[in-house]
Amino acid sequence: MTQLDTLQATTPQKPKLHPRVKALLRPGFLLGFFILSSSIILAVFPGAFAPYDPNAFDFTAIKQPPSWAHPFGTDNLGRDTLSRVIWAYQVDMQIAFFATFFAMVIGVIVGSLVAYHGGIADVLFGRVVDVTITFPFLVLVIAVVAVLGPGLNNMYVAVTLVQWVYYARLTRAEIMTQMTNDYASAGRVMGYSSPRIIFRHLLPNAMTPLITFWMTDMALAILLGSSLGYLGLGAQPPQAEWGVLIAEGRNFITTAWWMSLMPGIAIVLTGLGFSLVGDSLADVLRPRGAS
Amino acid sequence: MSSLSYLVSRLLQIIPTFLLVMVVIFLLVRMLPGDPAIAMADAKATEAQLELIRQKLGLNEPFFMQFFYFVKNTLSGDMGTSILLKAPVLDVIIERIPVTAFLTLYAVGLSILIAGPLAFVAALNKNGMLDIAIRSGFQVGLSTPVFYIGLLLLTFLAASLRLFPVGGYGTTFLEHLHHLMLPALTVALYTSAIIMRNLRSAVIEVLDAEYVQFARSKGLSRSVVLGRHVLRNAMISTVTLLGLSIGSLMSGTLVTETVFAVPGLGRLMLEAIFARDYPLIQGLTLTFAVMVSLVFLFTDMVQAWLDPRLRLS
Repeated sequence: MTQLDTLQATTPQKPKLHPRVKALLRPGFLLGFFILSSSIILAVFPGAFAPYDPNAFDFTAIKQPPSWAHPFGTDNLGRDTLSRVIWAYQVDMQIAFFATFFAMVIGVIVGSLVAYHGGIADVLFGRVVDVTITFPFLVLVIAVVAVLGPGLNNMYVAVTLVQWVYYARLTRAEIMTQMTNDYASAGRVMGYSSPRIIFRHLLPNAMTPLITFWMTDMALAILLGSSLGYLGLGAQPPQAEWGVLIAEGRNFITTAWWMSLMPGIAIVLTGLGFSLVGDSLADVLRPRGAS
Repeated sequence: MSSLSYLVSRLLQIIPTFLLVMVVIFLLVRMLPGDPAIAMADAKATEAQLELIRQKLGLNEPFFMQFFYFVKNTLSGDMGTSILLKAPVLDVIIERIPVTAFLTLYAVGLSILIAGPLAFVAALNKNGMLDIAIRSGFQVGLSTPVFYIGLLLLTFLAASLRLFPVGGYGTTFLEHLHHLMLPALTVALYTSAIIMRNLRSAVIEVLDAEYVQFARSKGLSRSVVLGRHVLRNAMISTVTLLGLSIGSLMSGTLVTETVFAVPGLGRLMLEAIFARDYPLIQGLTLTFAVMVSLVFLFTDMVQAWLDPRLRLS
């Protein structure tokens, strides 16, 4: 045996990475994580990154195409589009959170209770699900916004009123699966109270799909929020929100395409960030043994 | 269970759902502050006209009776008069249904044409470069709002290149196809992203199934196995998925109709909202719910027809 052969034979194999670590090192996750953390930083400190005041009119620089001074161009009132897109991060990231968070909390509580206690509550819940999925989501949301009036807060109320059902349905299914496990019966035999069994034992084990769903839902919330903003039912001008910005540029699409095009890129990127992170989290959080 | 009793039991399931749908729509207008009669009438309505509406809606009677009147009026086809268009709500809606139905079917057809072949290519090249490229493309599609896709297509293909009209519906079938090409493509690009994801995993799953391996070991050619066995079984999950996505399909249609000025139900819904035309909002919300449940029903039927296992269980 030559020296080289022995060297190769004794060279330790590349250390095998834990599957969870591997999932975190995937390019998809890294890209998503980068997009998402940048979005959060932009949302928290828009003033530090925006080169101009987002609402300052400049009638000497109207509808200017992208340039070094204005990388995303300027709008019909001379406002800097890049600054407006950056300030909109604040609004749209807020939409991602508020349009999903309350629905999740309510849905998780109702879903767990319904799954654990069953009976008439479960039957009634089944009916609520049937009705909710019978309406196209957007139709129901804008019907509620129509009654409450347009605006961000009413949009949150409308989305929460509809969306909690989807979280509850998912939670119910997960808790039902967990309840077939021995540890759930063990808790009951030990005489634990039902809130303790549900929220301390069953729910933590059912969290993975919920967190994944929440991530995806935040991406959808941004799409929904900007759609409503575009339609005039969500954030109201002059507030800088991506959908509102796109709607403002709609009438100038042939003469100043950048007004609508640029905010859309921010939507796509942020949505992508949420779904990439969500997809990888599903692999990271998945219980060992399952594939 | 025979096909007939399956059909009957499935039809009976719709009734309680519909009653609840009616409750939701009934409560919607009652959530408004003030007198529902004022919401349901023209702003210039006289006191006598308001009294007439109150009587028709049973507003002077107990809450429960008001709901009864609402169901009775709706079932007899009387959904009130549109404030905006000054015509019976039912007539206004029936006039617009064909446009939205055409657009929706067109979009479904296009999304199958887009997603189907690509899902097969991706599944057969599982984890290859082609698969990754196709999946990344659709991931971007899923993160793009429908109105933005529409606006891009409108700007580049209609306004700049003048390949397609910028809006409207046309009068003949071919004109419909031409006018609705871009709106349908807009909805289809989004829907095909949903279908593609699931169809790809369905094809991969079927490819590994024992009966496909059996068909292969019998010596059947690759194309026969793919066409006869894999396609048919992957179709079942696609039909189900398309049926279940009808809600998001309709939501997409609503936005797209607004972008392209297509005179369908979605655009009407938005006009009704800005005009605070509550009778029309009620009628449209109900129409959308009816359309979705009919599609759910149809999906179940097709699924049972494609997959005998379901009928028999």
